[in-house]
This record gives sequence, C-alpha cells and structure tokens, in this order.
Amino acid sequence: MYRYDHYDQAMVDSRVEEFRDQTRRRLEGMLSEDQFKPLRLQNGLYLQLHAYMLRVAIPYGTLSGAQMHALADIAGKYDRGYGHFTTRQNIQYNWIKLDEAPDLLADLARVEMHAIQTSGNCIRNISSDQYAGAIADEIIDPRPYAELLRQWSSFHPEFLALPRKFKIAVIASQTDRAAMKLHDIGIRMVRNDAGEIGAAFYVGGGMGRTPMIAPCIREFVPVDQLITYSEACLRVYNRYGRRDNKYKARIKILVHELGREKYTRQVEEEFAHLLTQGIEPPLAELKRIATFFADPPFETGLADDVDRSDPGFALWLDRNTLPHKQPGYAIAVISLKPVGGIPGDASVEQMHLMADLATRYSFDECRVTHAQNIVLPHVRKADLFAIWQQLEAAGLGAANLDTVEDIIACPGLDYCSLANARSIPVAQKISRRFSDTGKTAELGELKLKISGCINACGHHHAGHIGILGVDRKGTENYQLLLGGSEGDDTSLGKITGPGFDEDGIVDAVERATDVYLARRQEGERFLDTYRRVGIDAFKEAIYG
Amino acid sequence: MVELLRFREDEPVADPALTVDSFSDQSNASAVRLEPGDDARDLLPFLDQLRLVEINFPSFGDGRGYSAARILREAGFDGELRAVGDVLVDQLSYMRRCGFDSFAPEKPFNPAGAQAALSRWPQVYQATGDGRRPIWALRHDAQSNG
Repeated sequence: MYRYDHYDQAMVDSRVEEFRDQTRRRLEGMLSEDQFKPLRLQNGLYLQLHAYMLRVAIPYGTLSGAQMHALADIAGKYDRGYGHFTTRQNIQYNWIKLDEAPDLLADLARVEMHAIQTSGNCIRNISSDQYAGAIADEIIDPRPYAELLRQWSSFHPEFLALPRKFKIAVIASQTDRAAMKLHDIGIRMVRNDAGEIGAAFYVGGGMGRTPMIAPCIREFVPVDQLITYSEACLRVYNRYGRRDNKYKARIKILVHELGREKYTRQVEEEFAHLLTQGIEPPLAELKRIATFFADPPFETGLADDVDRSDPGFALWLDRNTLPHKQPGYAIAVISLKPVGGIPGDASVEQMHLMADLATRYSFDECRVTHAQNIVLPHVRKADLFAIWQQLEAAGLGAANLDTVEDIIACPGLDYCSLANARSIPVAQKISRRFSDTGKTAELGELKLKISGCINACGHHHAGHIGILGVDRKGTENYQLLLGGSEGDDTSLGKITGPGFDEDGIVDAVERATDVYLARRQEGERFLDTYRRVGIDAFKEAIYG
Repeated sequence: MVELLRFREDEPVADPALTVDSFSDQSNASAVRLEPGDDARDLLPFLDQLRLVEINFPSFGDGRGYSAARILREAGFDGELRAVGDVLVDQLSYMRRCGFDSFAPEKPFNPAGAQAALSRWPQVYQATGDGRRPIWALRHDAQSNG
C-alpha cells in the first residue's frame, strides 16, 4: 500500500500545525464560529447533537495493521472506546473535545493519516473498490489513480470553497462495488481498442434529496490527462454551480439544469485550454505510486480445499468470503453487523484484533467497505478457520454479508444534528427480527439501507429495500422504498406509500420479503423479483 | 494592522476600479472590479490596458473568485490582481497560489497572522501557474539528478 515520503509527511504535519493554530485562535475568540466552521470542517470536525464528531480519511478504504491499531488507540484515548466506520470508507469518532482535536490529528499524522477535507465544500476523500488488487474481474488496480487524485485534490487552492461537497470514486471493474454512478464524479478505468488504459468519466450523480445517476460524459480520458480532465470538470462546477440554494448546489443539479451535452461541451472547452497549462503530473509519478500497489508476495502451489466440518464456519465461509485472483487465497469480509448491533461500530478491542489479523494473515492490509464492513483482502484459505475462530470469540463472526442483516445505516438522530429520525434502533430491530425468524439465509442477497433524513447518508435510494426517516408532525416516521440498486444496474428506489412508526416499518419490511419468498422464481434475488412483478404486488401485501 | 498587503514593486493604481458594465463603456480605464457572477473571460480582450483587476469576495465561502484569478493569469495577465471583501488570513496562501498578488481585506489583517499563514506550506501538490514547482516535479527532479 501507499507510503508517505518526506513531502507527504511534511504536508500532513503542516496541516496539524495549521489546525492547532486555528483552534487556538478560536478558543481565544480571535475567530468567530462562522469563520472557524469551514476551517474545522475541512479537518473533519463537525459539531453534532452532543459533542464534536471527527471524521478521519481512509483513502480508498485501505489501512495497514499499524494504522488500524492507531485508530483503536484513538478510540480509547479521545472517544468512549468505539469507532464508527462510514459509507465513504472512513471512520468517525462521536465524542471528541475541540481542544484535544489537534493532538488527535498529530497522533494520526504519526501513522500517515489525516482528516483533511473529510467534510466541508471541497473535494472529499477518494473512495474505491474495496476488493482492489485482490479480485479477479478488475482490469487494473484502481488505487494508484485514486492516490494520484488524492494528492491533486489535497489543498487544491482553486477548489476549497466549492458550491457544495464533492465526492469522487474510482473503480476498474465492470462490476461496480463502490456505487460509482452515485458520486459527483465516478471514474471507471477502462481499456480501449488499442489496449491502452484510460478513464471513463461519469459526472453528476448523487443521493441526497434529489438522487441522480451520473451520465457518462466521456468514454475515454487518456491516463496522462486524468488530472487535467478532472480539473476541467471541477472548474466548470466551481464557476457555474448554484450557490443561491444549498439544496441545489451539488454538481448533479448543474449537469441536470444545463443538460449533459452543454455541461460536457463546457468541460471539453476548459479541458482543451488546461491542456496548454502543464498541470498534469508526469506518467513517472503514476508509475512511482503504482509500485506501492504491486501484488504482495503470494505463495504459489497452495491448495484450494477447506475443511468444512464445522457448520458455523462453513456458513461464514459461504457467506463472507469471495474468490481471490490468486489460487489458494480468499478475500474475507468481517461483518460489523452483529444481530442487534450498531452497523459499522467497532470497539477498541475489536479494532486491535482486526489489525492483528490483517498483519498476521493478510500481508498487513485491511480495507473498509462502503457497506461499513472490514475486508481482509489476501488471506490463505488454510488460515480461514483460525481467522473465523478469533472473529467469533470477539463478536465479529456474523455470517451475514449482503443479507438483510448487513444493513447500512447513518448515525441518525442518536448523534446527528441534521437527522429527523433515529436509524440505529430500526436497524437493530430489523436484524433481530430476521435473525429470530431464521429467514435471513433463505432471503439471500438483500441490501437494506436506512437514512435518518433526506440527506441520504444511509444510501436509502440505492437499497433493494430503503428506509427513510422523516419527521411527521413531531414524531419519527419511516417511509419504505423498494427497488434501488447501487451496482452495475444502478437504480433508484420508489416509495411504496404512507410511512410507518418504528415497529410498523419492521413489519412492513417483513411483509415485503414475504412477497418475495412467495413469488420468486428459480435463481431470483429480491431485487430481481421486484423488478419482474412490479411494486403493486408489494404495496398490496404491505398496506392490505 | 495591514489594510493593503501587496507583493508587487510597481506603484498601486490610483484609479477606482469600475464595474464590468461601466468598464465596457469606458475604453481607457485601467482598473476593473469583478463580482462573483461576472465572467473573467469577458476581460480577456482588454488585458493589455488593464493594470488592476479587483476580485470581490462578498462572502469568504463563495470560491468563484479563485477560478477567475487563475483564468486571468492563465491568459497572461501580469497586472495587479487584488482580492477584496471578506478575505481572511486562512485563505491567503490559497489565493496567492491562484495568482492574487495583493489583498485589501474588509477587516485588516494582523501582520504576524498573515505572515504565518503565508509561510505555512513547505511544498505544494498542484501546478497552478504561480511558479511553485509541485511535489510531483520535485520528486522526479530528485530522481533524475541522483
């Protein structure tokens, strides 16, 4: 994985000192809260309902064992013993004190980490495919391109006061595991007919209150023009994105209002101009970065057989591991969705264990997924049983990847100052309900996503089943959506009808799954059955 | 306290800066003021006669002026580029990188604070036309030299 050189380290260290100085000026009253707010936001610090929340960047979701240990230490030292992994492959701490934040950032810098641009109206942490470098279906590892973009976007002087936040994802497979088309810019690395690598640009996707799927604005940007093209996309947005209404300020609204053709034409004109400005790093820099992402020294000649005699292990093996590109290896996913737990939460002890497992069994590497789980990307199949035993003992053995229990949920009204309704208790009740009825395994792949407000941090638009918490005359109310997907066949869910209270929504979800079980045909997932039979059959069962 | 922070040797322009609209009617003016909604490219035919372009930041959170500044510099404008309005010390180094070479903040700067902000970053990650060699260039210089 990528390692800082003295340049990268000096930039992060300078940022810590800058923020220490800004915090001091705030505490001494030299900066007003209005002036301080964008500064703290660009260092990941939000003021929430009960305390400050700090969001730490995990570029393209990749962590070393030492970094995961450091995140655990921070949870113990500055928080109440937990960290919360997020849908943008980051980690958040919910109980941070402002005067301790500079020290926390200094602790992060010691392990080549930071919280730079994890919030605010700027280019956010770059996300990617959590199986990069391990999965067989990728044409190339997308992470070197993500790292190139990370450096370009860090402290980019022109783009630190954009109309609104800006999220970029980079993938390199036909299978989209990063919800690429639901980003401000989604980049898919592709190979053209001549065999050259380039980037397809999808611009103007997003969730929030106006969800949109990004159109492709260019099929092939040569790899030695990637930064220049990105800069052109951003400059057009910075100049013409709406600033009169916060809810219409994302680039998706600009692309929608101008139309794809007109936005594309403006980008192409700016691109042609910027190509004359010499802003593109040389290919040698991309090559330098790529060397950090070379394959680890895999053993060869390993057997693919695994002893399945323990039924609990066999279940986990079937549910939580994926084929690896290298014979004898597997990708193992640690579920942070124990039945009745808080989606994405991990304790200090659990984080230390995951760090140890990454170091011992996965070439010192783990990944955070946008579904709020942790991946051990390169595990010998012969080690899977030992890993599972240790996970089981630590409460991390849930065999429920991509099932109805593997719920994405935002922090909701338990923490977030924007929320209208709680998300966590709903997630807990749903996972308990399906665990109790034993239907989880039978339902198979079923992506359920919960947001506690219309900002859609819990990706409810993209869930096979989505739940949106709203405030209805002062009480929490939950709307049900069906038919969303974030994969290759990205689609947006539709609201079924009137909302429910907390227990009502759990019943409604179960009734929707009963329709699937009754109507499914051979090999169909919930989403496939929904798409075939349509929403009315579900409405009838849900509202009777 | 600093009311005008300037990084130029020449004499400041004494003429008041005109709005873009009134500038187009007065062909001999040498100073103009861009508002966030103005298109900096409308000034490109007049760069030879312009000695001062003020770019107004009515609110520090509106970043259109950063793009306007770079567009003028990229087109070869070498007169004074002045940030005016709600300009805060924490934005100084980024504004310098976009091509601003003078600052007339609504609320004067504390000189030590401005100095600290300007010397904050040892290196930079991007090429922006301000003459600083980005980190990627330094990395590959170092490799080819040694």
